Amino acid sequence: MNTTNHPGNKTGGAVTLRYLLERADFALDVDLTIPMRGITGIFGKSGSGKTALLRCIAGLEKPTIGQFTINGDSWQDTTQKHSKAVHERQIGYVFQEPRLFDHLNVDSNLEYGQSRRHDQKNSLERGQIIDLLGLNGLLRRRPDELSGGEAQRVAIARALLCAPRLVLMDEPLAALDRIRKEEILPFLDRLHAELSVPILYVSHSIEEVSRLCDHLIIIDQGHILDAGDIQSVLVNLDLPLLAGEEAGSVIAGSIADYDEEYDLTHLKFSGGTLIVPGKYGHRESELRLRIRGNDVSLCRNRPNNTSILNIIPVTVDRIQSGHGPYALVRLRAGNDLLTARLTRRSCHEMELKQGDRLLAQIKSVAVRNTPAAD
Amino acid sequence: MSIFSFPGSGPIGLSAQLAAVTTLVLILIGTPLAWWLSGTSSRAKSIIEATVALPIVLPPTVMGFYLLILLGPYGAIGHWWVELTGETLTFSFSGLVIASCFYSLPFAVQPLQNAFEALDRRNLEAAWTLGASRLDAFFTVAVPQSARGFLNAIVLAFAHTLGEFGVVLMVGGNIPGETRVISIAIYDQVESLNYTNAHQLSAILLTFAFSALLLMYVINRRWQRR
Repeated sequence: MNTTNHPGNKTGGAVTLRYLLERADFALDVDLTIPMRGITGIFGKSGSGKTALLRCIAGLEKPTIGQFTINGDSWQDTTQKHSKAVHERQIGYVFQEPRLFDHLNVDSNLEYGQSRRHDQKNSLERGQIIDLLGLNGLLRRRPDELSGGEAQRVAIARALLCAPRLVLMDEPLAALDRIRKEEILPFLDRLHAELSVPILYVSHSIEEVSRLCDHLIIIDQGHILDAGDIQSVLVNLDLPLLAGEEAGSVIAGSIADYDEEYDLTHLKFSGGTLIVPGKYGHRESELRLRIRGNDVSLCRNRPNNTSILNIIPVTVDRIQSGHGPYALVRLRAGNDLLTARLTRRSCHEMELKQGDRLLAQIKSVAVRNTPAAD
Repeated sequence: MSIFSFPGSGPIGLSAQLAAVTTLVLILIGTPLAWWLSGTSSRAKSIIEATVALPIVLPPTVMGFYLLILLGPYGAIGHWWVELTGETLTFSFSGLVIASCFYSLPFAVQPLQNAFEALDRRNLEAAWTLGASRLDAFFTVAVPQSARGFLNAIVLAFAHTLGEFGVVLMVGGNIPGETRVISIAIYDQVESLNYTNAHQLSAILLTFAFSALLLMYVINRRWQRR
């Protein structure tokens, strides 16, 4: 349990919340501070209480204890018998399913929230949102004429247009197939880069949260296991939830150079330089990479004639192995931490131990979104 | 002359007025009742549902008899009405409206209840999160998405009230311009062996009832296909 490492402590604006929600077979018991910027992921298995937490925030559940403040404004305090109605809370809620109104076309669906917007000065430009989510060609359509991905994009735009102070997204991609997901993720990246409204993003996919989120909250059986910025939480080896096939880490660096001949970007981070395929942004601008544990291998000596470009010196920080075939090895490269997912046998044969100085070969890196401006 | 009727209207006009006023009252009362029934888990639900459905199975004479007592000058409602307006409810147009509301209640409530039960309540949650109050979301999401239910309720309540006979006879009697509605007029004409008039009035009622139902089924089918 990590309650001291609240991600919001570093900034002034924050959401603080405390909920106790009791059900026959389940209890949600959380106490959190969430920063008012960027995307905060809420990660857990299904049934862990992720959705219940969002519903409490929205006012769709009646918790035994509920306290919520956003930048100092209270939306709920059950000890004072005070609770704002759902429609008075300035939220934008994107559900798992689009929940568009069938009797209205896309344009009128967007208008529904916009005309009831909570706060004019807080509003986002309608044109900007429509452009951002690529809805220009869809405005005259009826909801039943949209594909699943299109409908979800409309739902996201509809939620954003009601000028929320906080956006709640409950696995907006879960109901979509892989292709549709890939179709929406770039839009979410753009939202993240261009909008300042904070987003709470519920997901059970490490890949999704690693790609999108700046902060991460791990929830299991109604309790918070860890909360903090994504880089530190992802490499917490004490969380079996994060140890699966998708285990990995996020590294932030600044662009040092671009190699035009081979179309490669050189990224400088605390542990050295990483080479990233493609061109991204200007020099000095920040870039974040997702490195999957499965793509990291270790060697004692510098290999000759390898096809792998990224070979960086690391120190073994910690080894976590259980009974299965795999072990997770946390590596320190400069001030950054990354994880390698190796077989236990490899760990044994290499006689890996804490403090070993090794070389990590990184087979591939994925560029994730850039963080929102503070 | 009561507050609901206009002087000088014949049986057709009177029937149309009665059906229109009754349908309006029933939609106003039936909508909240059907909404409550569709969402409640209260034990009283079954009792209320059975009560609402009673007119479907009860002989109109039985309903008419009890209503006659209830609406009479010494009955619970009738007594109160006399004190309030100085008029009696029985054998008046106002009495007919009240009696018709009881008689046609299931025909308004049941289609509405079915529509509300078929409604995806998750859409209402979405509306609330978009800034709509409960009442706002009801009128802007629940009502339009239950349009079929409203159409069915209006057509059935109207047509059923138009065709009512037994209850009218018991409660309203046969006063021209006040309670002599079309079905009573037909009965009257047959009694006095005036078959030509009876034919005309019957044909009007038959044509109207069939057209209304046909329209309802055609629209229902079109909505279903969409």
